[in-house]
Amino acid sequence: MAKVLTNRCIAPSVFRMVVVAPDVARYRKAGQFVIVRPAAGRERIPLTIADADADAGTVTLVYQVVGRTTAQMALIEDGGEVADVAGPLGLATHVERVGTVACVGGGIGIAPIHPIAQAMRAAGNRVISILGARTKDLLILEPEMRAASDDVVIVTDDGSHGGRGFVTDALRTLAAGPDRPDLVVAIGPPIMMKMVSRLTKELGIRTLVSLNTIMVDGTGMCGGCRVTVGGQQRFVCVDGPEFDGHEVDFDEMMRRQRMYQAEEKASYEEFLGRHRCRLMEREARRG
Amino acid sequence: MGEELKPRDRLKIPPVAMPEQAPAERRGNIREVPLGYAPEMAMREALRCLVCKNAPCIKGCPVEVRIPDFIRLVAEGRFHEAAMAIKGTNCLPAVCGRVCPQEEQCQVVCTVAKSHKDPAKSVQIGKLERFVADWDREQGPPDERKSAAPTGRRVAIVGSGPGGLTAAGDLAMLGHDVTVFEALHRAGGVLVYGIPEFRLPKAIVDSEVDGLKRLGVRFEMNVAIGKSRTIKDLLADGFEAVFVATGAGLPVFKKVPGENLLGVYSANEYLTRANLMDAYGFPERSDTPIMRGRHVVVLGGGNVAMDAARTGLRLGAETSSVVYRRSEVEMPARVEEIHHAKEEGVELLLLQDAIEIVGNEQTWVTGVRCLRMELGEPDQSGRRRPVPVAGSEFVIPADVVVVAIGNGPNPLVPRTTPEIRTNKWGNIVADPATGKTTMRGVWAGGDIVLGAATVILAMGEGRKAAKSIHEFLTTGTW
Repeated sequence: MAKVLTNRCIAPSVFRMVVVAPDVARYRKAGQFVIVRPAAGRERIPLTIADADADAGTVTLVYQVVGRTTAQMALIEDGGEVADVAGPLGLATHVERVGTVACVGGGIGIAPIHPIAQAMRAAGNRVISILGARTKDLLILEPEMRAASDDVVIVTDDGSHGGRGFVTDALRTLAAGPDRPDLVVAIGPPIMMKMVSRLTKELGIRTLVSLNTIMVDGTGMCGGCRVTVGGQQRFVCVDGPEFDGHEVDFDEMMRRQRMYQAEEKASYEEFLGRHRCRLMEREARRG
Repeated sequence: MGEELKPRDRLKIPPVAMPEQAPAERRGNIREVPLGYAPEMAMREALRCLVCKNAPCIKGCPVEVRIPDFIRLVAEGRFHEAAMAIKGTNCLPAVCGRVCPQEEQCQVVCTVAKSHKDPAKSVQIGKLERFVADWDREQGPPDERKSAAPTGRRVAIVGSGPGGLTAAGDLAMLGHDVTVFEALHRAGGVLVYGIPEFRLPKAIVDSEVDGLKRLGVRFEMNVAIGKSRTIKDLLADGFEAVFVATGAGLPVFKKVPGENLLGVYSANEYLTRANLMDAYGFPERSDTPIMRGRHVVVLGGGNVAMDAARTGLRLGAETSSVVYRRSEVEMPARVEEIHHAKEEGVELLLLQDAIEIVGNEQTWVTGVRCLRMELGEPDQSGRRRPVPVAGSEFVIPADVVVVAIGNGPNPLVPRTTPEIRTNKWGNIVADPATGKTTMRGVWAGGDIVLGAATVILAMGEGRKAAKSIHEFLTTGTW
């Protein structure tokens, strides 16, 4: 059991959970993830570590309610608990001084890119973050990202905050100017990472993406997270989660993400049938 | 009493069959297939043992259980004493009684089998072991094993499978301060994620783990050593000895086109979802989904393949078949598993090999393209080599395909511990006599050293390493 200190809604459907996991907090590095199981009988899901405090022994997770398991997590009150937090898992981001690094975060992907931006800057890079969301309300962690970056560019699909457009538009503009990045790290929805990788391949800029696939154990045993990278089979849990964006077969990965779509939908709807009000109440209490 | 029986009379007693759930019934549930002996059945079966002096069965057992001793106690109805006689050398009898390949170990050499010239007529040692362990767990006096006085020496066990649990038990009995690290949320390793409930009820594994906790063993779950923390972290944290028993958990794929189609699983994933995550109970009892195919096709011929095919039936498949490239006699699965699978309706598709997994436009699997095979000359394994028959391609319809062609050694510890030497297959190199690796203070054993083997061999490895670790802790010499 791991104690949940706080679990608050920070944007529509997006929650930030601070959970006590001293060993994860002590050993984690930027880019790594944990597997969380909210309670006995529930699913194990991978969540990237957004932040950690080794002294306090806490780990911060930012997650979006997209199905039954994340909805169960959202219902946990401050002071509650989750059954398991396993990790840290995955390989850490390879952090080195390359010059200018563009950290591209889309939607909920801004959370995992935060520790990477911090580490890249600590290694002496100039960090320019491009943050994108559908609309102003969904743009999370802006103050944290401003603190971790030398410059921040914000775009929203509807233009309600920052420029109107996609992160690829902002990245293209950035690459054409004096701050052309030497490395791009992109984390967000698969389609965003695919489009960013396509653009940077054209521009000739090395690009890392962090994949979030279906997993069970997260330690290399089930192979459910397998992806094709440069024509080779790779396991996201132990060979990743970061890969060369120019080599990832995103289309295959996106198809594999849909494996349990029907089951997940039915399971979530059944859950909402019983808990919709509580979930709405949790969302209404921002902070 | 059995004592008066002459060997001739004993040989006349036919083997006592263990009652089983009927095939049609058990296909629809996940409860255990064999139901166990009643006490009088066990006592009758025990009378068949000749208690022969040379006791070849003991030598056939990797941990040398005192088989004739415990069987004689069963014949006399002294079941608790029988359990104690087994537990002297085997700390997991309820597990071994179920999953050991007795027909290749203690039973194949049994004098009764030899007299009848029929291995099937050997004393049913495994069934008796299971009976004794179950009786003692359910009806015997409470477990009163006591550890020796605490030595204060800290030992880390990496992995809570059969090898790790055995070493943990032995070392705790000797008074050492033992912590078992497990990557998953439940202790037992392959006993809980791999072997299905219908072959090994998980309550039995839990009960064995509880026994170790009573001996003072600590369990730290959710820590993948080699990933979350390294071996060096453990040594730096004050563990004086580390036993690596991380098993053969790396799924091997067949490397044929189509393996990433939707509906294709490694056996590890399929079984882990069904067992550890209880996907049988989706959506009511468990939140972890699994594809419930109408036509399940499993590639491979070992026990894991049988487990996967039988799991498919229990998940509601209309057909479940196993594709194996040689013939039935070469199948590595236990005869009992093949028998149970066939009884339940698993179809063996022999002398054929998958060359491609085929799918539809939405990339869901629709079938397995196979080639017929013929058996040629024996290969290095001594089994006749399968040779493809040219132009014999055909497609078996499938909506779930499970790849069960073997497992490689878990790479997490070797990848982050260059001091530990591995062989070309990635198995850790360990001294056969002691289990010592090339890194001081670190031992290894079980499938991570042997390659995918058996529960009992892993236990033997755990026992051997525990002895060597105890020596190291008491003498300080490596």
